[in-house]
Amino acid sequence: MGTLVEEIFSRRLGRTVNAGEIVMVNVDAIMSHDNTTPLAIKAFSEIGKPIRDTSKIVIHFDHAYPAPNQLAAENQQKIVRFIQAQGIDNFYHRGVCHQVMIEEGYVKPGGIVIGADSHTVTYGALGCFSTGLGSSEIGAAWVTSKCWFKIPETILVRLEGNAPAGVYSKDVMLALAGQLGMDGGTYRSLEFAGSYIDALPAHARIVFSNMSVELGAKCGLIAPDQITLDYLASETKAQGPFDQFTAVNPRYERTITIDVSALQPMVACHPDVDQVKPLAEMIGLTIDQVYLGTCTNARYEDLEIAAGILKGRQVSRFTRTLITPASQTIYEKALAAGLIQIFLDAGCTVNAPGCGACIGRHGGILAPGERAFTTMNRNFIGRMGSAEAEIYLGSPAAAAATAIEGRIADPRPYLA
Amino acid sequence: MSRAWKFGESLNTDEIIPARFNLTIVPQELAQKVFCEVRPDFAPGVQPDDVVVADANFGCGSSREHAPIAIRGAGVKVVIAASFARIFFRNAINIGLPIMECPEAAAGISDGDEVDVDLTQGKIYNRTRGTEFQAAPLPAFVLKISEAGGIVNFLKTHDVEELTA
Repeated sequence: MGTLVEEIFSRRLGRTVNAGEIVMVNVDAIMSHDNTTPLAIKAFSEIGKPIRDTSKIVIHFDHAYPAPNQLAAENQQKIVRFIQAQGIDNFYHRGVCHQVMIEEGYVKPGGIVIGADSHTVTYGALGCFSTGLGSSEIGAAWVTSKCWFKIPETILVRLEGNAPAGVYSKDVMLALAGQLGMDGGTYRSLEFAGSYIDALPAHARIVFSNMSVELGAKCGLIAPDQITLDYLASETKAQGPFDQFTAVNPRYERTITIDVSALQPMVACHPDVDQVKPLAEMIGLTIDQVYLGTCTNARYEDLEIAAGILKGRQVSRFTRTLITPASQTIYEKALAAGLIQIFLDAGCTVNAPGCGACIGRHGGILAPGERAFTTMNRNFIGRMGSAEAEIYLGSPAAAAATAIEGRIADPRPYLA
Repeated sequence: MSRAWKFGESLNTDEIIPARFNLTIVPQELAQKVFCEVRPDFAPGVQPDDVVVADANFGCGSSREHAPIAIRGAGVKVVIAASFARIFFRNAINIGLPIMECPEAAAGISDGDEVDVDLTQGKIYNRTRGTEFQAAPLPAFVLKISEAGGIVNFLKTHDVEELTA
């Protein structure tokens, strides 16, 4: 009974759970990566108790991988030694943690997953409650396999209608960010529904859950349907049978409705995610670096959209264009389909899967005064290097068009 | 008596401590870079027991625990904000950085004001202006973690189930 988040926790606890309640639950997976695992190890060591269940622990190397400097290398060496000493099996360096978590089968409808990364909310698109925590709580969860949650109130986001050509789920999410603001969803569950979501492929739904945290939300959920189950079966190692459920007589704190058919391509402008404008208003702004990557928009279909625009064309001479597939699996698929060759022919630089450029670690640092157009989820000051650089966020199609023109560009003329 | 360092709305974790400085987990080392982009005078100027005061949505963005650790490492006594982003709120409690949620205090304290706090009573005093504020009380189970000095210390001597018992 209730909203999706109430339904997930009610099913887990075998009783009706309502917003406002504080509950203690067993979690299905405990995720961390090279940036957050060292502090989790420190917390775990200080607690001084054994790991409850090593099979729930999943550790990824993605934030600074391959190590760009000696300090990062030493951190990763310490983590590897810990993994070996504790006999932890689930260790990956196959790309951005959230994509790998989905591909490797840790994400299921009705599941509860915690991670030491704010974008852990990503799995909500597949009906899994997932949220980001700090490292100490991850270290604590290694010991307990449990976590406490305050069940959040829910904001229903109804997305209705069909998207016009050139408008992607990223544009719709940015439109919502502009409307709701960076703290508009704080402590809340965002529930995405409506005819647009019902028809949307799973890879594109993931954008909404992924960026829920940019609005402050605890989770961003989509009811698992046949599209979800087909995606899990064909694109992931998750083992069924999978739960299918919906909100039942839910009570929403409020409802926001967006007519998707009336939208146009959008851009989030420097320096905040909610500084959202129609892309048309920003056309012509020179761009030094285009970055197609991250847990938001570097899935196979995103690369396919960009390659469709870049095929047979050249990126602007003075616009470094970086393509970073979200995972090795996506990289392989793109390679087999010829997409990587299209990017190389167009003059792009194809990077190893990972998060490096998105957090200003390596593989795409910005100089003072530079501007980047990216498919990321965040454009905070200093995020990609210099605090005097600017970051603009948009769809993979807009990124590809911008790379060709060297200025923010409308993708629609390229969608023949 | 403590000096207030005032920050604006939606101050994010990259602004508290950029990711490129997260390779260390030593609080004092992180403290040297805290607020380095948005407030370069903070790290060299902050004194033990100073307070950070901010408008709404303090600590939004990443889950990095380096952010509250860097602030605590700088010797800050408490962060007072109109509201906190949820992961930062949880992290601050878990690592033992005192926080107080109080929109009135956030509005009624300016940079450089002298501020006193009574953490157990949730009282905030602006000595410069002679005003007084009451922070929102923390839930009982949060107080259990807070009183233990963080989640690590709590679990050393307690079972996790005791939190919600």
